[in-house]
Amino acid sequence: MTELADHVAAIGRPLKRKEDARLLTGKTQWTDNIQLAGALHMAILRSPMGHAKITKLDVSGALKYPGVEAAYGADELGDLNGSVPCVWPVTDDMVAPDFPALAKGEVRHMGDCVALVLAGTAAQAADALEGIVVEYSALPAVIDMDDAIKDGSPLVHSDKGTNKCYTYKLQPQGDGAYEAAKAKADVVVKRRFVNQRLIPAFMEPRAVVASPMGTSGELTIWSATQVPHVLRVLLALVTGVSENKLRVVAPDVGGGFGGKLQCYREEILCVALANKLGRPIKWTETRSEDMMATHHGRDQLQDIEIAATKDGKLLGLKVDLIANMGAYLQIITPGIPLLGMFMYPAIYKMDAYDFSCIGVFTNTTPTDAYRGAGRPESTYAIERIMDELANELGMEPMELRKKNWIKHEEFPYTTVAGLTYDSGNYEAATDKAMALFKYDELRKEQVARRASGDKVQLGIGISTFTEMCGLAPSRTLGALKYVAGGWEHCTIRVLPTGKVELVTGTSPHGQGHETAWSQIASDTLGIPVDDIEVIHGDTRTSPYGMDTYGSRSLAVGGQAILRAGEKVVEKARLIAAHQLECSANDLEFDNGVFRVKGDPSKEKAIQAVAFEAFSAHDLPDGLEPTLQAESTVDPQDFSYPHGTHLCAMEVDTETGKSTIRSYVCVDDIGIQINPLIVEGQVHGGLAQGIAQALYEGAVYDSDGQLLTASLADYLVPGAPDLPSFVTDHTVTPSTTNPLGTKGVGEAGAIASTPAVINAIVDALRPYGVNDVPMPALPMTVWRTLNAARQGGK
Amino acid sequence: MIPSKFDYVRPNSVDEAVAALKAGGEDSKVITGGQSMLPLLRLRLAAPSVLVDCARIDEMKGVKDNGDSVTIGAATTHWDVLHNDIVKTHVKLLADATATVADPQVRHRGTFGGALAHGDPAGDLPAVVLALDATMEIAGAKGRRQVAAKDFFVDYFTTAVGPDEILVSITIPKLGKGWGTCYEKFNRTASGWAVVGVAAAVKVEGGKITDARIGLTNCAAVPVRASSVESALKGASASAAEIEVASQSAAEGTRATSDLAADKEYREHLMRVITARAVSCAAGA
Ligand SMILES: Cc1cc2nc3c(=O)[nH]c(=O)nc-3n(C[C@H](O)[C@H](O)[C@H](O)COP(=O)(O)OP(=O)(O)OC[C@H]3O[C@@H](n4cnc5c(N)ncnc54)[C@H](O)[C@@H]3O)c2cc1C
Repeated sequence: MTELADHVAAIGRPLKRKEDARLLTGKTQWTDNIQLAGALHMAILRSPMGHAKITKLDVSGALKYPGVEAAYGADELGDLNGSVPCVWPVTDDMVAPDFPALAKGEVRHMGDCVALVLAGTAAQAADALEGIVVEYSALPAVIDMDDAIKDGSPLVHSDKGTNKCYTYKLQPQGDGAYEAAKAKADVVVKRRFVNQRLIPAFMEPRAVVASPMGTSGELTIWSATQVPHVLRVLLALVTGVSENKLRVVAPDVGGGFGGKLQCYREEILCVALANKLGRPIKWTETRSEDMMATHHGRDQLQDIEIAATKDGKLLGLKVDLIANMGAYLQIITPGIPLLGMFMYPAIYKMDAYDFSCIGVFTNTTPTDAYRGAGRPESTYAIERIMDELANELGMEPMELRKKNWIKHEEFPYTTVAGLTYDSGNYEAATDKAMALFKYDELRKEQVARRASGDKVQLGIGISTFTEMCGLAPSRTLGALKYVAGGWEHCTIRVLPTGKVELVTGTSPHGQGHETAWSQIASDTLGIPVDDIEVIHGDTRTSPYGMDTYGSRSLAVGGQAILRAGEKVVEKARLIAAHQLECSANDLEFDNGVFRVKGDPSKEKAIQAVAFEAFSAHDLPDGLEPTLQAESTVDPQDFSYPHGTHLCAMEVDTETGKSTIRSYVCVDDIGIQINPLIVEGQVHGGLAQGIAQALYEGAVYDSDGQLLTASLADYLVPGAPDLPSFVTDHTVTPSTTNPLGTKGVGEAGAIASTPAVINAIVDALRPYGVNDVPMPALPMTVWRTLNAARQGGK
Repeated sequence: MIPSKFDYVRPNSVDEAVAALKAGGEDSKVITGGQSMLPLLRLRLAAPSVLVDCARIDEMKGVKDNGDSVTIGAATTHWDVLHNDIVKTHVKLLADATATVADPQVRHRGTFGGALAHGDPAGDLPAVVLALDATMEIAGAKGRRQVAAKDFFVDYFTTAVGPDEILVSITIPKLGKGWGTCYEKFNRTASGWAVVGVAAAVKVEGGKITDARIGLTNCAAVPVRASSVESALKGASASAAEIEVASQSAAEGTRATSDLAADKEYREHLMRVITARAVSCAAGA
């Protein structure tokens, strides 16, 4: 038995991440590292066209290339050509076109899969693509969403007779309620914001290895995925491989941001072909493929109208979205705008809310979840229009927010959208952020720079955001027609030597779960963090789980860890009581040791109990050997983190270049398990949210050519492009889960975009600017400024 | 990265390299740092039969002080150029411009000569050698020849270096007393290519500008000199106001392209603004 050090509370400590040494040095298994004997490498011929008929496809030429074993178009593939599933039919009459893995006679976006080659090496497969003969006859493409819903528009799916995928409405106060509220308003501000299309651009490209040579005849698929569990169910349904013969492994995965929350064409093809040919199939995408065939994110036109009294009290909000589905529906494509639907009213109190959304098909890469998924879009629109309303009312933008936000004593609070926010303290976070930011000093400097006509103007941008995370409970998801549940699973095993295996159904791809989960279990069990091994991402070793997305892993998965740990302690207590010859109630459990109340010399450590549970020589009658427990938790409700983000921006009025001078955020994510990981999540999220505001945007021409198809044109910012962030926090525990935690994975990405754009608009307000399109690259800002200057004349 | 098949040779001298290029025939290509070549191979935009790697030819590496000029081997990496004391002292404009090229990883591999021979209109260094009136030494089967910078850049991605030739070294005259220099690069992200770049060398005597040489990056198919700004500056006072006036003609003689970063109108506007900034900085205004 090991000597026991006194246990120090692990929750709340900024421990360095245990997984980082192997992740940072690459001494780990990424999917592309997996080399299997006899594997065939897949290369895919993709459509260079936005929309075209395939008038000729002859793959036979590829077979003449060295090393090639097979080549397939849709005809050759036949029944193996599975369709990409969509699990969120948001309305009963939603138009859901077939999305075959290999296009059948028509390509609908640049990057659509046309044919594939299997060869002995990846290079041979790539070479052999040149042997495929394909001829296209161009069809008219539709890229612009407004155009797509006009009568007479070219159709993405001609057999459907429309480009409209669905129309969704939400009027929680009933039809006409918003109009009634608006009738009482002194001021109504209406804007159209464009939430541009983004590309996830994770570091590790997608990669798949499918092997039919598992030890018990099962088919194993390793994939750079966020969702091994969800993927197993879907691949079983799509390919017909029996679910219990399908094992999905997500080895270490290099980033996802929602882009790997999918059941991709290439995954379907690898499984179907491995199953048919009896050989491992491997595929790793190139960056060029990634840019056009990994799903994209955002891409909404947001018509938003807000009504208020002249002293700034909000009365109502109306939001009409047009959301770009792309050419097809993927896993939860149609639902993404609806994840934002509930959050447009954000932290504000008002009387009426009216929402509608039209989903639209265009000849572009399908969209789906991207960091924040719906909530960055809603937060952008509401936080932007709050600034515009403040301007219209002549009010200081923070004062307008203060006047309308939910006060800390009003929680739990049911919003106009119908959600019940668990907890929050917007006042405290804002006070702290404004002090750190030196808000008043910056406002003074702004006045001075305006007065002197400085070529570089200063702007201040605010975003007081909230979001919903931990997509659950399952019953709510059902009501939204989402096919899956929102629960999470954990199994904890205390091994005979006192070491712990913690099996989680969440699936990290960079978030540091191994460390954070160990911290939770460490405090529950009284066992050191380093003695806990977190097992994840393999449906063989962790059969139950709903994976990692939507800031759910801690908010939901954390509860399962806590509960499983508590169950282990309950069982250990019975064994300890038996052996210490007392009743279970007479034992107290502290720092991993059971002690008899009133007789502290009689004690037994949990590790010793684990050995007794293993030897089973002396267990209470009827108690099963081994010390382990599992828990599957369906949470009570979402949790709602919030925060105040402030951005000071310098805008060069000569060139249009915007440079962030300082960025302060105070986030409230409830109880923090590991503040260092929290800070890392916030930093990464800020970088991505700022990227949307300033740098990134997927651009198509009118034929459907993706013009930003490489990292030279799609501008992912690097460290030198970002300021040193000042991050801090307040702590308002969640009341919907026993750990008091909320999610933090998406907070930075959700909150920062409007803060940045508000800052640019604020800098340029004196010139008559009242909106700047994203990304606010220099030419765009310069043109906006010129147009405003001319308009003012 | 999966390029088409190619052969690879690594000669030890310029003569061997020239011979290898010739032996390789039409489709043979030089590779030095590979920072422009590898992306082309990766996208299969280039499919050379033979790559002749010149990165380890001693004669093509290093920096030499010739008294009134400096000679830099074509295969000297950006990193070695920008940290070289002779360059920092006597050709500071080149060191400053090289520091803006891409990121540290690219600077450790990419070479000065490769950046010139590639002839990318958005490359930062062509405008510098043009502004400084450098001379390039080119080796081929018929021996060596010298080409002035103004004759070196022919068109988009086309230079005076023939398909069977190698750029061996670059000689840059030192600027005398009274000269100040500045490379002003306008880009969208810190490691991005120049939307517009301006290499300025300005001689100031008694508060007046007496001579100026200005090279523009990414304002035409090849780097160009802003000659009308150069003449307008002569005799002007070294003040921000006069420099700004003189810089108004910066777009004259350029052929601005339109791309995602800048359309013609904006790029021409940037030429004026960035030229004024580069000249002001060089003149200490
Ligand atoms: C991500 C990235 C960002 C970049 N950003 C910038 C930037 O901001 N500014 C900038 O100026 N550059 C930039 N570059 C390009 C960089 O400067 C390259 O290093 C340079 O263009 C080529 O040098 P190289 O030695 O790598 O040449 P290679 O890639 O080896 O060769 C390039 C071309 O030149 C020819 N060549 C090379 N050496 C010789 C020689 N000695 N004689 C004859 N022909 C030769 C080759 O045949 C080939 O056609 C960037 C590159 C990358 C990858």
